[in-house]
Amino acid sequence: MKILLITEQREGKWSKVSFETLAAGQQIAAQTKGSLAAVVIGKGLAALADELALTQLEEVLLVEHDLLAEYTPDGFSIALGQVIQSAKPDLVLLPHTYQVRDFAPKLAASLKKGMIGDCIAFRYENSQLIFVRQMFQGRTNADVVFAGDAPWIATFQAGAFRADLVAKHPSGKAPVKSVPIELKPEQIRTKPLELFREAKQAVDLTQAPILVSVGRGIKAPENIALAEKLAKAIGGELCASRPICDEGWLPMDRQIGSSGQTVAPKLYLALGISGAIQHVVGMKGSRTIAAINKDQNAPIFEVADYGVVGDLFEIVPALIEELSKPH
Amino acid sequence: MGSDDLETGEGAMKIGVCVKQVPAKDAPLAILDSGAWIRESDIGFEMNEPDGYALEEALRLKEKHQGEVVAISMGPERAKQAIKEALAKGADRGIHVADADFYKLDPLGSARSLAAAIEKENFDLILTGLQSDDQGFGQTGVLLAELLGRPHATIIMQIEVADGRMRLKRELEAGWFQWVDLPLPAVLSIQSGINKPRYATLKGIMAAKKKEIATIDRSSLGVPDAPTQKIVRIYVPHKTKKTEFITGQPKEIAAKLVEKLRHEARVL
Repeated sequence: MKILLITEQREGKWSKVSFETLAAGQQIAAQTKGSLAAVVIGKGLAALADELALTQLEEVLLVEHDLLAEYTPDGFSIALGQVIQSAKPDLVLLPHTYQVRDFAPKLAASLKKGMIGDCIAFRYENSQLIFVRQMFQGRTNADVVFAGDAPWIATFQAGAFRADLVAKHPSGKAPVKSVPIELKPEQIRTKPLELFREAKQAVDLTQAPILVSVGRGIKAPENIALAEKLAKAIGGELCASRPICDEGWLPMDRQIGSSGQTVAPKLYLALGISGAIQHVVGMKGSRTIAAINKDQNAPIFEVADYGVVGDLFEIVPALIEELSKPH
Repeated sequence: MGSDDLETGEGAMKIGVCVKQVPAKDAPLAILDSGAWIRESDIGFEMNEPDGYALEEALRLKEKHQGEVVAISMGPERAKQAIKEALAKGADRGIHVADADFYKLDPLGSARSLAAAIEKENFDLILTGLQSDDQGFGQTGVLLAELLGRPHATIIMQIEVADGRMRLKRELEAGWFQWVDLPLPAVLSIQSGINKPRYATLKGIMAAKKKEIATIDRSSLGVPDAPTQKIVRIYVPHKTKKTEFITGQPKEIAAKLVEKLRHEARVL
């Protein structure tokens, strides 16, 4: 199978998922006895292309244009559409980032193709490539296959593959080839304006050894105090899943997950968190995970070391009491 | 109404908002023996939560700029309930694209059907939620834009409309944001948390009963059925980690858990 990986960088820095997806591409190429090439897209990226060429790839395609210096969905879809049409891959892989979500479905549709997005694994069985993605907020998996003719387009979720498993180039360096593309200013309808960060983060949750995290199961803003009391008793910081921050019950900088912070504390204590994928990607690296949830089928138990199926409003006060005892 | 008026900077906005009906958050999911889908007969459904933020944003834009909000939902008969909820909250009318086997569609097939159903409406703005809580493809908004030849932006946290253009705040990763400017007509996917969705009032619920829901049979749209991808099987994933479940009365559970965290995991 001929595979083309589209890498992602911002302001000359790699997005880490690019290398995770590169690892996935190398594994699919090995199993299907195929080949893997990678695209670097933007402007002034020769050094990044050279760095990428040190990994096991057939070639690196460098796609540069003044109109690609800043990301726009129109610019990236048009340019990558041209690259795909000239390179003729069977499979196009991308990392499932916010930027890729923004343009990859459009790129696929412009080629009249579909996209299997946000995959967590693949299997190659009986000459068929099967992609695994999560559905129903991580409560089920689904095996998905492409129908119709290549090229097929798929994206892999952050954390699905290990970047440290990327194989080095066997003989030193893959060739880097510049691919010319045609792009006109009037084809780009979106004007990117300033990039910025919101007010600096008050708490750096990534440094906290213990995190007490609350989800929907906390039910009402006045119950946050209970979780706060537990955090104090156990010596941890308080954090939350997205819905809690969306509701304004805790500030946005306390949010864990794909749109918040990624943490890996010694202990992650999840209270009333169902464990949707968007949350789990932000905390699954924790050393020990304990979860309290009333639903025994909640996906949080998939990643928990210790599980309690029960009412957090009964168990948390008991925990606070237990922790306050001398030991 | 329409984009011509908008170019003068005074026009009202005709806004379409896509709302999907998905299994209720606490619904116990059972998978069909075929593995093709879940057993729908046993569970309740609700409006996809991310779409609720898109609906709220549409209603606020209408309140600010005048115009019309049209709620669009594709699915079996039950999907009308999501439209009725939107009407009760203030949407003006609804379009139901009816298809009993809706779950069999791939993202491109869904978007092609929606695009065909709403093309003639010539919306100034189409809003979608970020993704659905069932299949979670997260592609509909971007695909609609491509199929209707409109520009788009996704993961939107703020919308400012002036002189036929929009200034939008997009959320990027790792705490970064970016302002982007784009012309109307356009399609936006709204980030969850952009606003506080309103509740339907009793007056709204009563008023909704008089609002129109147009039904379009999906099979009448002439959209090709050949999917680009197929779900082979849905299943409950195998656990990758062995979870030790702690049982008993709350006090016993607390004692056992603290003991294990202290002496087994050694994290306290």
